[in-house]
Amino acid sequence: MAATDSSHTDYFHKVVDCQWACPAHTDVPEYIRLIAHGRFTDAYMVNRRSNVFPGVLGRVCDRPCEPACRRGRVEQKPVAICRLKRVAADHKDEFRDRLPPIPTQKNGKRVACIGAGCASLTVANDLLPLGYDVTIFEQFATAGGLMRTNIPSFRLPGDVLDEEIGAIVDMGVDLRLGHRIESMRKLLAEGGFDAIFVGSGAPKGKELSLPGRQECAANIHIGIAWLESIAFDHVKSVGQNVLIIGVGNTAMDCCRSSLRLGAKSVKVMARKPRQFFKASEWELEDAEAESVEIIINRSPKSFVIEGGRLKGMIFEVMEYDIDARGRITAERIAGEEFYPADDVILAIGQENAFPWIERDLGIEFDKWDVPKVDATTFESTRAGIFFGGDAAFGPKNIIWSVEHGHQAAISIHQHCQGKSVAERMAPGVNLQSRKMGMHEWSYANDYSVTERRLVPHVSLKERFKKINIEVELGFTAEQAAEEVQRCLNCDVQTIFEAKLCIECDACIDICPVDCLTMTPDGSEDDLRTRLKAPAKNVTQALYVSAPLKFTGRVMVKDEDVCVHCGLCAERCPTAAWDMQKSWVKWPHAVDQPATATATAAATP
Amino acid sequence: MTFIPKPKIAHPSLPRNELGLTRREYEGALSTLCAGCGHDSITAAIIEACWGISMRPENLVKLSGIGCSSKTTAYFVSGGHGFNSVHGRMPSIAMGANAANRDLYYIGISGDGDSLSIGLGQFCHAIRRNVNMLYIIENNGVYGLTKGQFSASADVGTKAKKGEVNQQPPIDPVLLAMNLGAGFVARSFSGDKAQLVPLIQAGLKYPGFALIDVLSPCVTFNDHDGSTKSYAFTREHYEPVVEADFVPFKKEIATAYAAGEAVPVMLHDGSRVVLRKLAEDYDPTDELHAHDYVQQHIAKGEYLTGLLHCRSTQDTEFHSLNRTPDLPLNQLPFERLNPGSKQLGKLMARYR
Repeated sequence: MAATDSSHTDYFHKVVDCQWACPAHTDVPEYIRLIAHGRFTDAYMVNRRSNVFPGVLGRVCDRPCEPACRRGRVEQKPVAICRLKRVAADHKDEFRDRLPPIPTQKNGKRVACIGAGCASLTVANDLLPLGYDVTIFEQFATAGGLMRTNIPSFRLPGDVLDEEIGAIVDMGVDLRLGHRIESMRKLLAEGGFDAIFVGSGAPKGKELSLPGRQECAANIHIGIAWLESIAFDHVKSVGQNVLIIGVGNTAMDCCRSSLRLGAKSVKVMARKPRQFFKASEWELEDAEAESVEIIINRSPKSFVIEGGRLKGMIFEVMEYDIDARGRITAERIAGEEFYPADDVILAIGQENAFPWIERDLGIEFDKWDVPKVDATTFESTRAGIFFGGDAAFGPKNIIWSVEHGHQAAISIHQHCQGKSVAERMAPGVNLQSRKMGMHEWSYANDYSVTERRLVPHVSLKERFKKINIEVELGFTAEQAAEEVQRCLNCDVQTIFEAKLCIECDACIDICPVDCLTMTPDGSEDDLRTRLKAPAKNVTQALYVSAPLKFTGRVMVKDEDVCVHCGLCAERCPTAAWDMQKSWVKWPHAVDQPATATATAAATP
Repeated sequence: MTFIPKPKIAHPSLPRNELGLTRREYEGALSTLCAGCGHDSITAAIIEACWGISMRPENLVKLSGIGCSSKTTAYFVSGGHGFNSVHGRMPSIAMGANAANRDLYYIGISGDGDSLSIGLGQFCHAIRRNVNMLYIIENNGVYGLTKGQFSASADVGTKAKKGEVNQQPPIDPVLLAMNLGAGFVARSFSGDKAQLVPLIQAGLKYPGFALIDVLSPCVTFNDHDGSTKSYAFTREHYEPVVEADFVPFKKEIATAYAAGEAVPVMLHDGSRVVLRKLAEDYDPTDELHAHDYVQQHIAKGEYLTGLLHCRSTQDTEFHSLNRTPDLPLNQLPFERLNPGSKQLGKLMARYR
């Protein structure tokens, strides 16, 4: 197969599995090393550059990085990346002096953001240092959007939100709280904005229209609206028996909130078996630890009302045929069951909704009544109007919204400078050797056998006393010090220079995970079977060298389970192998090539 | 050499042998030799070979003398028995151990200094006695441990690192072994595991003295231009003439060899070494022919490699020649080991 084209940005980026999996491309190994050195504020700032809300995400991120983590393939459990992010946030010192300076002389461009959620705040965070005037309109009296209203305070305390949102607002956002935008037409006509960013989220919970739904509406709640009411202290209690319909992460927040509002028995009703659950595994575990019962294969049929009051619900008992690949091939109803309930909470999904956008403004909507948004530029079909976060492509999670915000900010910047929004700086990678001496590397290359540390929780007795007691305590300093050593430093790349190799086999013999082989060239499928340990994980690349000078064989490295210990480079007599830190340059608005106006504006 | 130990983790799909062990379980301590040393590759080949024949680690005896090469017995099969002897005296120790316990595998690791200078006499007598062992010479042409002086295997005309040229003729262990009547004589290269691993397996299984002279470049003192034992020179001048496949007793020969090309040599347990000739005019079973052929090529500056000579007649093996008991001494019943005081008295009476 062709020698690996390592000049292609993606190659080394993909090796850093966590960073590649992170929608915002957070340089995870870098901040973990900084934590190991006790440089918490530096670690926080590495995070903040990419994900803007490290304190929030260190608690409630959906963590796409962890299932991707190479450590999970080397042993069983990935590095606790998310919780280490929280360590950086918990232990940091004052960081505001490290934020980019805000020019006093503005560039004369005005940007409106609708909704003060994570997407809009990211747009503001990226554009304010470039001299923009940013106005955020928020319907509620507090900023934060879904992070504030839908995530219970026992998972995400208000002061964490206040600090990170405050850092952005204090850059000079014109924040209009309690200001609901009722008409896009009016905003366009009267606002005088050069660009508008719609970050209004997916605020509409899905309805379940079953017999009895209307008759006892007082005890049937839409999950996200109900969580919002709890967040604003409008709801302070719930009945003894609570049924949650649906088994996503919102359902997990609803069931755990119910327990704190006085429910004695909480059941989560799932239509399908556990492997089809949408909730993250760790959120399921946390709910079950609090004695929430999750009942599978129950499909809601009707609400039962007696004397005008909700008594419970009837469910159909489902049976499924599941094939070898785990897909449902057939389903049957095997019977019916009644479950008593005083309150029912519907947590079966949410949608974005735009009743306030007139349909004759040139902003096109598709057949599902969702705006047509470009997946790269986040621009709608009307120039100058952008969508991001859940408002763009439906509900995802915070980390995706942040990345939407970054990308939309680039587009807004280009748009306001009169450039094409499609013209964007490409990502890049820099490599820098970590060699310090004969056997010295500027990173801890030894493999730590430590198992994943568990985050301590508040005891089950204590945590229900108030609704806002944060359950997770975060790692102690000792636990964090152990956990950081589990990181494999995947960003310290193994770089091979074929022309230096004398084919002595030293690297191959020392590699603890048998990922190196020198062999006659072949197709990728063929090579994968001929390696020292067969490369069965096809999602992981083979790093193939140019032909070697003595035998014409090629050096093949299976990236799959490399632990980046650097022994190949230490054993190499000719330095054909080197360990080099990859810096993935994932451009933001501030990285776009400067224009005359932007440069002038950036000078304070 | 390296400062961190090799991590104790392994590739999840690492293959297992008949004993359920992976290669990792045949490793030893971490090598302290120079990075890129050919000896480390030979160590890796031994690990691969022992794993491949599903040897029980405790059935291996590792013997060595003094030198870089002799350090390497610590670097493989840490579950085996090791003995690091006086310089050049490893063959005597091997002889004694083998006489006491014939059931174990014996592997002697030596270098060109240990075997061809100080230990040359011992080496010759081990061949003469036909001790059932695999004798590996890790041959780099210099005394690496004392900073690179020419050894007895340095070729005429080869240059030392500082420029002086060797003028004394070398002792070639392959020719010497053939002269002395060794039944299994091979040459290989540390950088060619595909050839070396089956040779080690065959040598371990061979019922008699088996020699493999392995060219093993000294990356620190003998890997420069002008050296005839550098990686580059060896790659350019080595020529495999005969390939050896070790075929265990249970396994049928799967590959069909063209007549005349493949020569099976039966071993005593029913397994075979199948020799595949790469040079048409070469007969590895004929000792005199092989000797001349190898010598002619040495004159042309070529390293012939492979199992250069292999003979199946093994009636001269030490134990059969001396009609020793079938069992190792530690398994013989006390009565057989100890004839008793009556017998001893009779015996002593003969000397009075």
